[in-house]
Amino acid sequence: MEKFETLNALVCPLDRSNVDTDAIIPKQYLKSVKRTGFGPNLFDDWRYLDPGEPGMDHGQRRVNPDFVLNQPRYAGAQILLARKNFGCGSSREHAVWALSNHGFRVVIAPSFADIFFNNSFKNGLLPLILDEAIVDQLFHEAEATPGYRLTVDLQAQTVVTPSGASFPFQVDPFRRHCLLNGLDDIGLTLQHGEDIRAYETRRRTEAPWLF
Amino acid sequence: MTAKTLYDKLWDAHVVRTEEDGTALLYIDRHLVHEVTSPQAFEGLRLAGRKPWRSHSVVAVPDHNVPTRDRDQGIADPVSRTQVETLQQNVRHFGLTFFPMGDIRQGIVHVIGPEQGATLPGMTVVCGDSHTSTHGAFGALAMGIGTSEVEHVLATQCLLQKKMKSMLISVDGQVGPGVTAKDIVLAIIGEIGTAGGTGHAIEFGGDAIRALSMEGRMTVCNMAIEAGARAGMVAVDDTTIDYVKGRPFAPKGAYWHQAVAAWRELHSDPDARFDRVVHIDAAGIEPQVTWGTSPEMVLPVSGKVPNPDAVTDEVKANGMRRALEYMGLTAGMPVSDITVDKIFIGSCTNARLEDIRAAAEVVKGRRVAGNVKLALVVPGSGLVKQQAEAEGLDRIFLDAGFEWREPGCSMCLAMNADRLEPGERCASTSNRNFESRQGLGGRTHLVSPAMAAAAAVTGRFVDVRELN
Repeated sequence: MEKFETLNALVCPLDRSNVDTDAIIPKQYLKSVKRTGFGPNLFDDWRYLDPGEPGMDHGQRRVNPDFVLNQPRYAGAQILLARKNFGCGSSREHAVWALSNHGFRVVIAPSFADIFFNNSFKNGLLPLILDEAIVDQLFHEAEATPGYRLTVDLQAQTVVTPSGASFPFQVDPFRRHCLLNGLDDIGLTLQHGEDIRAYETRRRTEAPWLF
Repeated sequence: MTAKTLYDKLWDAHVVRTEEDGTALLYIDRHLVHEVTSPQAFEGLRLAGRKPWRSHSVVAVPDHNVPTRDRDQGIADPVSRTQVETLQQNVRHFGLTFFPMGDIRQGIVHVIGPEQGATLPGMTVVCGDSHTSTHGAFGALAMGIGTSEVEHVLATQCLLQKKMKSMLISVDGQVGPGVTAKDIVLAIIGEIGTAGGTGHAIEFGGDAIRALSMEGRMTVCNMAIEAGARAGMVAVDDTTIDYVKGRPFAPKGAYWHQAVAAWRELHSDPDARFDRVVHIDAAGIEPQVTWGTSPEMVLPVSGKVPNPDAVTDEVKANGMRRALEYMGLTAGMPVSDITVDKIFIGSCTNARLEDIRAAAEVVKGRRVAGNVKLALVVPGSGLVKQQAEAEGLDRIFLDAGFEWREPGCSMCLAMNADRLEPGERCASTSNRNFESRQGLGGRTHLVSPAMAAAAAVTGRFVDVRELN
């Protein structure tokens, strides 16, 4: 997994609440057996005016000029700003892969759906929670200021605006540690293989029908 | 001893170790696998030279991509076919239990787990699918996981997780006749919202939940995720134990008695404390119909489409406006004036025998209305289909003008050929009414099987209780 330390990047404001994972990556693209290649289909139904299918040349499709991701001023944005309950719905990790493949490293929102939130950390995408009022302020600033960038410092756990305002954010120490060091969960867990085997031995006595 | 919630008991029984910050290694008893969220996990396993920790814990089935007719011709879409074949190769390579297309036991993963007794009370159950919450109906801790976690569970038999908060939703009293589990859970979501359960494990309790069959409890727990909760659960009672008894994967002989004694403890202690408690009056619940593009946008069938101008929260009002436009509805319109183009009776929410029976009861002796272009019944599994046919239910649907299909996820998410065309409006027994969920530009109204059947025969939403 790619490490995450600090990021200074352009912000793309997506002014919607309850953005679901069906919207982030529509079902037809879930048929892929790979983890990559989802970037062109991020927000496919909102981003293009014609229906999309896997295998198409997405560069040839009609883009929706009104959709925020297609506006030239947000090209190259790595921070997505959204409203509450971002990532609700299906457990598809493809939603996180699509955001990452497109180039996003951070999503800032007042709240996230649990499974999406969890999936993000496994892929080096930081889901960052700020108060609704602060998110609202960031929306106003980002929309009013072309080239609006934020600095996200995971070590210091702060989001800093161009004017120097700094907002602290919370993140689980374990998840922060894994992100800062780009650690693979599975390798870490397997270090506790003895504990898992000991649990199984005990459980086999308590609940033998499970084995 | 401190009083424990059901969630506390399930959690405590599965903690392998806990880190300083509270992150626990949670042991997983049952891992259900389908074709969409597993290929990258198996590939990761192979690339790292790892093997499944306990292959015996895995049950795999294709469901999302499978066609619901002409199965003898295989899967026409080459991309879908590749995904199903990839699952087949992976289960063969790693030696996992598998119910392929054509096996009578094949079906929607959340229907076949309980049907086979692969889901048992007291278990931790995971699957790379958000509707894994369904299995919580058995007094199990069941959660949807992402593909990285699928790989993690395959490799380690554990999940890294922090304990969630607990919520009790008590549905007090009894629902009236014609009001089903689906109406209960839609009413709950309408009450607490789609983020109401975020960060929580929900226990559904109260007399109205106790009175439900296992099928009904599964419907309620299935949609815990639509209320934002990764896990929903119901305490074990005789209904649970009677359902599990004799199923192929259920314990037998002495183990059965030992298991039942342990399962009897799977309820919240009387003094257990929840982080949040919500009471819902069952008697006040009417048959429900969603009007918008989020499951919380729901109304009783006697209701009228709401007006965003009456809402002060600007973000919410804008969401409502967008939903009204997408759904092609106007504020103030009675729900009963909404006509439908297609009917879908199926999905992990409502494709069990009880659901099919409830729909058949309404359809019997009637015809699908002239304005309905397609009415589908997609049983949840081969065994549900077989039993329904033994009861003659397929004839009732076919005689009325419905199509009777093979089991799978089908038009719930339209990964196979079953889908809505742009602008088409569907009465659906599934769980999500998101934009384009059932096909690009399709308009979904979530309802119970009886309400979907009533919409099929009248061509619009009517209160099934008033259908003579």
